[in-house]
Amino acid sequence: MVIEQITFYIFAVVTVVSGIMVIGSKNPVHSVLFLILAFFNSAGLFVLMGSEFIAMILIIVYVGAVAVLFLFVVMMLDVDFSKFRAGFTKYLPIGGVVGVILLAELILVLTAGSGSFELPSKTSSPTPDPSIVENTEALGNILYTDYAYLFQISGFILLIAMVGAIVLTHRKRDEVKKQRISDQVNRDPKEAVTLKKVGPGEDGTWKSD
Amino acid sequence: MEIGLMHYLTVAAILFTLGVFGIFINRKNVIVILMAVELMLLAVNINLVAFSTYLNDMVGQVFAMLVLTVAAAEAAIGLAILVIYFRNRGTIAVEDINVMKG
Repeated sequence: MVIEQITFYIFAVVTVVSGIMVIGSKNPVHSVLFLILAFFNSAGLFVLMGSEFIAMILIIVYVGAVAVLFLFVVMMLDVDFSKFRAGFTKYLPIGGVVGVILLAELILVLTAGSGSFELPSKTSSPTPDPSIVENTEALGNILYTDYAYLFQISGFILLIAMVGAIVLTHRKRDEVKKQRISDQVNRDPKEAVTLKKVGPGEDGTWKSD
Repeated sequence: MEIGLMHYLTVAAILFTLGVFGIFINRKNVIVILMAVELMLLAVNINLVAFSTYLNDMVGQVFAMLVLTVAAAEAAIGLAILVIYFRNRGTIAVEDINVMKG
């Protein structure tokens, strides 16, 4: 059992330290990289807790999508980040007071409630034995049956977020030539083609001396 | 000392506090504020999964997945707003975003 404790403390300490570095480092690129480290180590904590699927999803979604999105935006925006550090000490006292009070209250709740978390006699979806039904299968068994509506709603949330992000960042640019299909379909042959009577020698481009 | 529920809850509490503290000390940098929000949501996920394991109930993991979905959507929308704000104003300083006086 010693190996489990060593693993837990490594993951927990690295998670907390990289969390500190996320909010404290001068360069936002370093912040994003430490955010990735924090996500990796909390995925390790999830594996220790026996929920492998959430851990893998955390790595795929957060490290593969969200953190890379952050990196793109940080590197794409041409911002001088050094001047953002100006107000660092200005908000340090109030932030420190709020943070210390919040942490003290959370620890107080944890210590006051320790040992008094009673196991309920009946749970809605009890975890099956992991040696028979593994975590992914157990999660799928209840996610697609009992919580199918929640699954659909989260799909809609992602769809709306995608549409919203595209609508927000899309802009019409007049200098770029693009195919406009509606204009092509609505073209009227009466206006597009005109017949002109051209007499002999009236062409204008060709002149005979 | 056996690793139990309290250890995981303590890690989550520290991470949540770091998120709140990060919002306070990085008042000017929206990107770091968004990252601090991600840290807080990660702490919530650790809480949900820890209680799910402790209570032998799978529902906590289902809700952790929903929180993850919402966090991804929130990051996408937030960064999109940031990009159009930068395109319009040429800066991402949060203290300039009070023109609506809300």
